[in-house]
Amino acid sequence: MTEAAVLSVQNASKSFASRKALDGVSLDVRKGEMIALIGPSGSGKSTLLRSISGLQTIDSGAGRIEAFGNAVQENGRISGKVRDTRIRVGFIFQQFNLVGRLSLFTNVALGSLGRIGFLRGLFGAWPQETRNAAMQALARVGVADYAAQRANTLSGGQQQRGAIARALVQKAKIILADEPVASLDPVSARKVMDILRDLNRVDGLTVVVTLHQVDYAMRYCDRVVALKAGKVVYDGPAAQLERKQLIDIYGPEFEDVFWEGAPK
Amino acid sequence: MTQIPALAEIPKPPSRPLGQQVFDLILWGGIIALLVISFGPAEMAKLPLLFQNSDNMRQFGSEFTKPDFTEWRLLIAQMWVTIQIALWGTSIAVLLAVPLGLLGARNVTPSWLQWPIRRAMDALRSVPDLVIGTIFVVAVGLGPFAGVMALALNTGGVLGKLFSEAVESIDKGPVEGVRATGAAPLQEIVWGVIPQVAPLWTSYALYRFESNSRAATVLGLIGAGGIGQILFDSLNSFAYSRTAAISIVIVAAVTLIDLLSQTIRARLL
Repeated sequence: MTEAAVLSVQNASKSFASRKALDGVSLDVRKGEMIALIGPSGSGKSTLLRSISGLQTIDSGAGRIEAFGNAVQENGRISGKVRDTRIRVGFIFQQFNLVGRLSLFTNVALGSLGRIGFLRGLFGAWPQETRNAAMQALARVGVADYAAQRANTLSGGQQQRGAIARALVQKAKIILADEPVASLDPVSARKVMDILRDLNRVDGLTVVVTLHQVDYAMRYCDRVVALKAGKVVYDGPAAQLERKQLIDIYGPEFEDVFWEGAPK
Repeated sequence: MTQIPALAEIPKPPSRPLGQQVFDLILWGGIIALLVISFGPAEMAKLPLLFQNSDNMRQFGSEFTKPDFTEWRLLIAQMWVTIQIALWGTSIAVLLAVPLGLLGARNVTPSWLQWPIRRAMDALRSVPDLVIGTIFVVAVGLGPFAGVMALALNTGGVLGKLFSEAVESIDKGPVEGVRATGAAPLQEIVWGVIPQVAPLWTSYALYRFESNSRAATVLGLIGAGGIGQILFDSLNSFAYSRTAAISIVIVAAVTLIDLLSQTIRARLL
């Protein structure tokens, strides 16, 4: 683990039956970076991100994942202290994963579960600090007006912004976003990416985001890591990602992964 | 123009495989054979008696058309007792079923614990409430409390299984969403699982309250009090007019509860 690395993945492999979703992936993420994980579907992007949050185990063996210098998992086992890490790592899902029948406010307040008293959290007796933080976060992402509405009555873009607000209430230092815009229309997608970029620039949060749209990756992120068949095939500045490498990663139809025009 | 393919090229229409045909034959043949064998023991030969002893039926029928409501205060009071038995029985059952339902769900509980819990619920469910009631009558004496316990245990097993199945069909996304905030396992259940199953659980509980108000009536047979007990008393003393009045009160009350709970359930889902 290098000096300023907040996340470190060492030699992680993951097999589903005979297929290798991750094949010896190593990756260091430094504090304050904004990284895009790209690659064709099935290349292992989501598996990698979910493993970093300990939502999924990697194969036993040499593989090891650390966050803030503490093990998240090693030798195929999730660390017993994974909750301490999760509190500081916000996770944004493609399907938002808000609890549909709860109000947007309650969903966002859930972000404080890791740091308020167990019983308070269990019964939803949110402290004033949580209430304020929740409304502040909702205002920051622009959906404070919908706080009282049930989450499942909101549009995809509004729900995804609510999910980001939940990570803010969590006071996460790292945000892992798994295809956060894949289920959204282009306008909502840009709004969500703008918010993530803003959290990275203004608040100094470290952001790792998997994306299908390579132009978004190049526009919003400084560093791009490309996976193909579970292996890292590119890791470098977004600006240096060129046509030739994209053909390597996605094949000759690589233009399909651009929403708003491919580089010539 | 498309060519009409030669007859030999068109695949034959699918025919049912021989194995399935044999299975059907055995199944239906078996059912018919069982019905024939059971004809004697079930005394089905007595079927014509329904029409031959028409005198008894006529007397029964004519008194039934003149329900005797002189004791209506008592009838309403006893009906209310029966409903109260059902209310407490169902409520205790729900309290039992919530932990059982969570512990019996494969996606929440590790299998070494989930499996025995499921079998325990099967055991509770397989004992009829009349049998449990009889045991409690021995233990705590005649009266409504025995009825409450009978309903609570039997319904606890039924609701526990239904609750487990509801939990097993939830979407795991929101649960992961809560988990990713660093929530404790119990908090994951309260915030990620319960909100998803709450409407279904409530609906099942209300439905069981409906059927328990019917079951509580039958429990009167073993001396568990309520309107059931005076129903069987008046049946046994051939007081058919009184029986008719009691039946009408029961049907009216159960229908009312059905309508009420259906309205609530329709709003929940």
